[in-house]
This record gives sequence, structure tokens and C-alpha cells, in this order.
Amino acid sequence: MAVRRLAETQPKDFAFTPDNLAWAKREITKYPEGRQASAVIPLLWRAQEQGGWLQEPAIRYVADMLGMPYIRALEIATFYTMFNLEPVGKYLVQLCGTTPCVLRGAEDIRKVCQRRIGEQEHVSADGMFSWREVECLGACVNAPMAQINYDYYEDLTPENFEKLLDNLAAGKNPKPGPQIDRQFSAPVGGPTTLKSVGK
Amino acid sequence: MLADKDRIFQNLYGLHDWGLEGARKRGGWDGTKGFIEKGRDWIIEQIKASGLRGRGGAGFPTGLKWSFMPKQSDSRPSYLVVNADESEPGTCKDREIMRHDPHLLIEGCLLAGCAMGANAGYIYIRGEYIREREHLQAAIDQAYEAKLIGKNNIHGFDFDLYLHHGAGAYICGEETALLESLEGKKGMPRLKPPFPANVGLYGCPSTVANVESIAVAPDILRRGAAWFAGFGRPNNLGVKLFCISGHVNKPCNVEEAMSVPFRELIEKHAGGVRGGWDNLLAVIPGGSSVPLVPAAQIIDCPMDFDALKDLKSGLGTAAVIVMDKSTDIVRAIARISYFYKHESCGQCTPCREGTGWMWRVLTRMAEGTAARREIDLLLDVANQVEGHTICALGDAAAWPVQGLIRHFRGEIERRIDEYSAKSRHEPVAVAAE
Repeated sequence: MAVRRLAETQPKDFAFTPDNLAWAKREITKYPEGRQASAVIPLLWRAQEQGGWLQEPAIRYVADMLGMPYIRALEIATFYTMFNLEPVGKYLVQLCGTTPCVLRGAEDIRKVCQRRIGEQEHVSADGMFSWREVECLGACVNAPMAQINYDYYEDLTPENFEKLLDNLAAGKNPKPGPQIDRQFSAPVGGPTTLKSVGK
Repeated sequence: MLADKDRIFQNLYGLHDWGLEGARKRGGWDGTKGFIEKGRDWIIEQIKASGLRGRGGAGFPTGLKWSFMPKQSDSRPSYLVVNADESEPGTCKDREIMRHDPHLLIEGCLLAGCAMGANAGYIYIRGEYIREREHLQAAIDQAYEAKLIGKNNIHGFDFDLYLHHGAGAYICGEETALLESLEGKKGMPRLKPPFPANVGLYGCPSTVANVESIAVAPDILRRGAAWFAGFGRPNNLGVKLFCISGHVNKPCNVEEAMSVPFRELIEKHAGGVRGGWDNLLAVIPGGSSVPLVPAAQIIDCPMDFDALKDLKSGLGTAAVIVMDKSTDIVRAIARISYFYKHESCGQCTPCREGTGWMWRVLTRMAEGTAARREIDLLLDVANQVEGHTICALGDAAAWPVQGLIRHFRGEIERRIDEYSAKSRHEPVAVAAE
């Protein structure tokens, strides 16, 4: 279990933008009549995308929208670790620190995070970066890896990871996926199978 | 080695179009209407005859599981729920299916839905798989557009398919926790019975199945149960995605026949063990939950359910984590213990308290700052966590610890002796906080 609390400083209120509101209403229709609480994770996620982090008024807003007691929505926000209960950097680096990534050098990548960004869960002075160690992200054959915002960056080395951070800081859009010459999860040097497919 | 023509996931590496057109070129959505016309009993018979066992870790016979769903509705709807919350450390196979071959999964959902009498299905994908979710949703939209699924589709069986996502909780891969989460609650497992086939999603009959188990179903029906049953040893039939990570020269995902010998799997596809076979220390053969197996025992072991069970381990999700002699084995397992501490939902005391306790003791053992008698104490606590919790997370947290002590007790003792020889003080027990 992880202890997670809401941020001390919170904005006063929250409301979905018209686009997000329309999306949320559609999302609720995925679930049977009277089961609209099922949409709580997707709606909180959208609220986090809109606000940059998950704000307390947003949790109440979503609870009201779904007819849930506040405590039920608060439970969701604190139970699921992808909800950022405090502000994060423009680029949130989530470094996988579970054993398969450690075996391939995740601890060296962590040192780069510490040196370049600082302590975990602290936003850098320019607001560009923050980082945290997370549990297995499910890309183990491309270890070590990190998720930065929506994308996975895989097969990291301290060198290519530093370059990746440089590129992000410079406002460039580095290519997600393997950061070495490799086709997704195929072995380095090319697949050993499926060579005849599509020919 | 399995021939390319016998591989189900022809676009495993994303070299080709993952969309509907590409899927059709690779044989997807072919003959689907015919299978549905043959009816639900026929589909279940075929899946049973193929010998397919669930690919999510437990290895329960898939056809049998599907047959548990009620034949006659008591006015409650039935649901298919697909477990795409892939989070078992070492495992990254369902991700490839969802981003590179999503139509096999969608077609499988339609067929499984038909076999279960379920007119609606939910796919629960882990929250972190954002790009995979985009691919899968786009593929579902294509399938609706082409009237392959939905109401009044061309296959003659009404079936709605919805994609739902989580937000970072390993426990939601446990089937009843997944159902709780899908209902908009914390992912805390339910007591069984009642089993989901009687009381599942929204209190209705439901079956929760792994992505790979569902995605191989269309090809089993197309190519025939006998084809699938032609691979692997009895009771361990079929083809399977393996995820090879850790200290091999070329980590990769690959589809192979069940029961492929470990040596062949690693040599042919992963470029061998780093530093050669003499450098192999141990292997976790089925994701972090299963106990490790020392090098000598696994090298010539067939990779299947029964052979690995005989080694007191398991095939699990077929996530093969290879560790060479440079590995600090105690720390590697301690990090796995930290994972379970982090992911325990907190509902059952043995797991909530035990996972953190085991992690703290193992961390000290990795440094040598423990007493020899604590090894038996640790084993005792692990045995008390195992089997005394609502779900299997407690077991999953205990097994790696038990495996470590079973095979590497000497290594733990060596560190303790080395440390106490240096410090000349009896170490203080600080584990129980």
C-alpha cells in the first residue's frame, strides 16, 4: 500500500470544458443504466488531463456528476497511483524500478534522474520536469524503460536517456519506443521469426 | 522451432498494418459467421478439444471456464470481461497483441461472447497503456464501422464491446478486484464463492479472461482444435507468447510451441545467456510471482505448466526473467517483495502487514545485517501469509521469498556471517515496526 494524500493548496473550483463535458456524458453511456459510477476512473483521468493534476474540487465535481458520495470518489483518487494529487512537471518521468528493469540497469537511469531533475516528486525550478519511481510498466523485454507523459521510452542507457531529456527540454518531440536500433520487442539485430510474413 | 505458418500473432513486432485491412490480409475475420452459426456449444467443444489453458497465469482450462456460464438467462445479462491489466513483472505480451494485432482480440471477444451467451463485453486495460488503448479503441471503432460487432452486425450475434481503463493498480489484474474496479470502486478482491460466473460484474454472470486466451480463440476455430493440440506435451498444449527479459544477449517477445526446452528458447531467440551458459545463476520462469529456479534445474526443462510445477515453480504468464551470476539475488528478490508491499490493496492483514515485513527483513538480509535465526522466521511468516488472504496476492508475495530461501539459503547465511565477523556485534532485530 502507498500512503497518498491530497495537496494542501487547492484551487477553489473545477468544471469540465464544454468538450470534456460532452465527452464525459458519452463515456457514461458505456455502462448500464444506474451503473454510471463505473465511469469514475475515466472521468477523474480526464479531469487530471484538464487540470494538469487531480484537484480536490475536481474529485467532488466528478462525484456529483456520477451521483457518488464524495468519499467514494476520494477513495478512488487516493487508491489508484496514476492520479497525481499534487502538481507535476510539464514532463513527468515515471521510471520503472521493478526487478526486470533493475537487472538491465534501471539504477543508472535513476541516478540521471536524481542529477538532472532532483529528488522524486519535486518539480524542477523551471517547471519542466518531475520524476518518480514506479512499479512494473509492462515493457520488460525493452528494459530499462520510463514512461514520459503518454509515451514509453525503452532500452534506455544513461547516454540516450540524457539526450532524451535534452530533447524534451529543447521542445523537440523525441521518438518514443526503443531508443536503440530495434523493432519494438523483436530481438536486437532483427526478428528470429516471422521473416516470411507479408512477403 | 515453431514454423512461421503456425504462429498466431503474425504482426507481433508491428512490422505491418495493425488495422482492419492488415488483419484481414493475415487471415483475421475469416469464417467468423460460420463459427457463430455452429453455435455456442460447438465453439466450447472446439476450445476444450484444443487443450487451451488460460494464458493469464493460473492455467485453468479455457473451454471449461467458458462452459460455466448459464445456458438460460434468468433475466440478468451475461458479460465477457477481458483482463488487459497486464502488470505482472516480466510480462509484456498482451501489450503486443493490443497494439499490433488488436483485431484478433476483438474477433476473439465476439466468439467468446457468443460461446458464453454474453451480448456485451468490457476490456479492462491498464491505465499506463495509453498508446495501446488508442490502437485498440481505433480497431474497435473499425469493427463497429464494418458492422463486424455491434447490434445487427453481419455475423448475426449482437455484441457490444467497450474499452475501459484502470489507473495504476496491479491488484486489478485479480479477477474480482478487476470487477470491483470496473464498477467504480477501489480494486479490492471479493471473497469467492460466489464465483463471477454466477455473480460477477453488476451482480450478473461474468467470465474474466486474459487477452491472450481470447485472442488465440479465432485461430483455434479456423485452423482446428487438432492443429493447436499438435504442439506441446499432453495437458500443456498449444502455442504461447514468451517474454524473455533480464540477462540474455537479446531480450525479446516470441511465440513458440508450449513445452519448448528452456535452452532452445534462449539460444534460438534471445541470443543466449549473457556470458554463456556457465554464467547462468537462476531463472524466474513465469513472472515475478513464481519461485525462482536455479540454473542447473532449468536448463533442459520444458517450458510448460507441469514441468515447472514439478520444479516447485510455475509457467505463470511465461515471462522468463533470466539472471546471470552478476545478480545480487537477495536484492533482486527483495525488490520483488517491495513490489508486493507497494501493490497490496490492504484489505487482508497477513498481506498488508506481511508484505512490508518481508521486504524489510529481506533488505537487511541483502546487506547481511540480520541474524541467522531470522531466516527461519522469515520462512515462517511467508508460510503464514500464503493461503491466508482473500486473493492470491498474498501467495504471490510469499512464493518468491520461499523460493529464495529454498535455493539460496547459503548465500543469505554467507552475508550474515560476513557482516557479523566484521562488526563483532550481534545484529539488532529492527524488522518488527
